[in-house]
Amino acid sequence: MASTTTESSRILHEIETLKSARSDLDRRISSLESQLRDLNHHQNNGVSHAPSASVSTLDSTFPHGLSPDMIYRYSRHLLLPSFGVQAQSRLLKSSILVVGAGGLGSPALMYLAACGAGRLGIVDHDVVELNNMHRQIIHTEAYIGRSKVESAAATCHSINSTVQIVEHKEALRTSNALEIFSKYDIIVDATDNAPSRYMISDCCVVLGKPLVSGAAVGLEGQLTVYNYNGGPCYRCLFPTPPPTTACQRCSDSGVLGVVPGIIGCLQALEAIKIASAVGEPLSGRMLLFDALAARIRTVKIRGRSLQCEVCGENSKFKAAQFQEFDYEKFTQSPLSTSPLRLKLLEPHSRISAKEYSDRLRNGESHVLLDVRPEHHFKIVSLPNSLNVPLASLDGRLEEVGLALKEEEHKQGSDSSSGDVQLYVVCRRGNDSQRAVKALQEKGFTSAKDIIGGLEGWAREVDPTYPAY
Amino acid sequence: MKGQEYRFETSESSGEKVEHLVQIKALFFARARDLTGLNDMVLDVPSGSTAKDCLNKIVGKFPRLEEIIGCVVLALNEDYTTESTIVKDKDELAIIPPISGG
Ligand SMILES: [Zn+2]
Repeated sequence: MASTTTESSRILHEIETLKSARSDLDRRISSLESQLRDLNHHQNNGVSHAPSASVSTLDSTFPHGLSPDMIYRYSRHLLLPSFGVQAQSRLLKSSILVVGAGGLGSPALMYLAACGAGRLGIVDHDVVELNNMHRQIIHTEAYIGRSKVESAAATCHSINSTVQIVEHKEALRTSNALEIFSKYDIIVDATDNAPSRYMISDCCVVLGKPLVSGAAVGLEGQLTVYNYNGGPCYRCLFPTPPPTTACQRCSDSGVLGVVPGIIGCLQALEAIKIASAVGEPLSGRMLLFDALAARIRTVKIRGRSLQCEVCGENSKFKAAQFQEFDYEKFTQSPLSTSPLRLKLLEPHSRISAKEYSDRLRNGESHVLLDVRPEHHFKIVSLPNSLNVPLASLDGRLEEVGLALKEEEHKQGSDSSSGDVQLYVVCRRGNDSQRAVKALQEKGFTSAKDIIGGLEGWAREVDPTYPAY
Repeated sequence: MKGQEYRFETSESSGEKVEHLVQIKALFFARARDLTGLNDMVLDVPSGSTAKDCLNKIVGKFPRLEEIIGCVVLALNEDYTTESTIVKDKDELAIIPPISGG
């Protein structure tokens, strides 16, 4: 077993090295390709096709400023009586920033690139992972392990090379948000966590930018336009952040891939409407999408609150206050997508996955309690584990006691080994700690959690163990 | 009005105007759906009850809603409402916690 582990980590290491070499090569190739593209543009077509130039220094045979290529590319927009050349021309002069190149950002970015937004910014600091692919359709398998921003930019460029794409490969923070946002007309919130949503909304208020905000989890989505034409901001609606337990993340609660896809498309639509000054943006209203019932409702929401801490009458919230504000503390959840790592227990109440595997090999008499929800347990579980979800643990303590007794019985005559141990495991090692705490309070004093849960097991013991 | 005795009358059968109870439908979204395990529920409340009274009654039935009730958007018949609005028979009260995922 030990040699298998060493061999696996050697292979993992080699994969990492090769991946990093590959991404260096890819970067060089794409940089050379873009140099070549620029050269060709200048040689063959003159400057009018170069991305940034095409917006401003258009060939001016036509008063609207669209080149023949653009007229052809956007012809179906131009044919729309309610859109037409005027709206397209406004769109071509607009700049839109999409924060987050994930499930919402994917379709939003693709449509915004396709429709001819003049300048399109992308903010993200994550890398593409295999478990993103079912919903983050802007990325392709070839980009797994590489920057989401690079990947998204490459797709946008391949859809429409005349759009200027700006890559912001960094996490959005109070230290850089003002500077980044100030370069764009419209902000699209396609992030996945509460602190980012407050930060983005506040920054838009400080800078006076309209915000197209979308969210999705499970089988539901929400969409609103904030801070537009005297409408409310995010804080007018939600002055107090929800408790951490109420903040569901796709990485914990799951999400049907097409649901953020639909909301992301609607975000692109709202951004296009604002940029081209067409139609009625979804301000002062909230769209609720229910995938299971196949129903979309739009409810009227409150207007701007005069008492709002940020956009209200007497608000003192300006750039300086924004930069000082601690969004992680305010919402009690981290800005980064990295999962929560609780530390509730004393070291003697915990063991590492490696140590558990050693004890398992030594035939130590024990019961392994898996406290994940049943549908998690069905995905994958360790052998001989007993599934009692944390939520129902209180009412099922008897079962735990019985399992321990049974194990004791099995030991029977040769009970020189002492007490039967009780180990608790979950997905990441948070719920297992909560469970151990509860168990200890109910008299199962020897209960221990396996540090890092099944993820720890995959890391330390069996790299081939399925992650989810 | 609270604390009084109410006679329950089925207005359909009697056709009388006097109604002591109104029936509203509560619609749950996002986290409220998880916590109640329901998409919606029918609720009988004394006439003259406010949206807040309805919320209190719902939280009474589903105490776990307590954690989010301070952070929801309310809509009455898809229109903006405040907690002090008086509900009418057949009203739909939507309880909408924010979603932050993406
Ligand atoms: Zn506000």
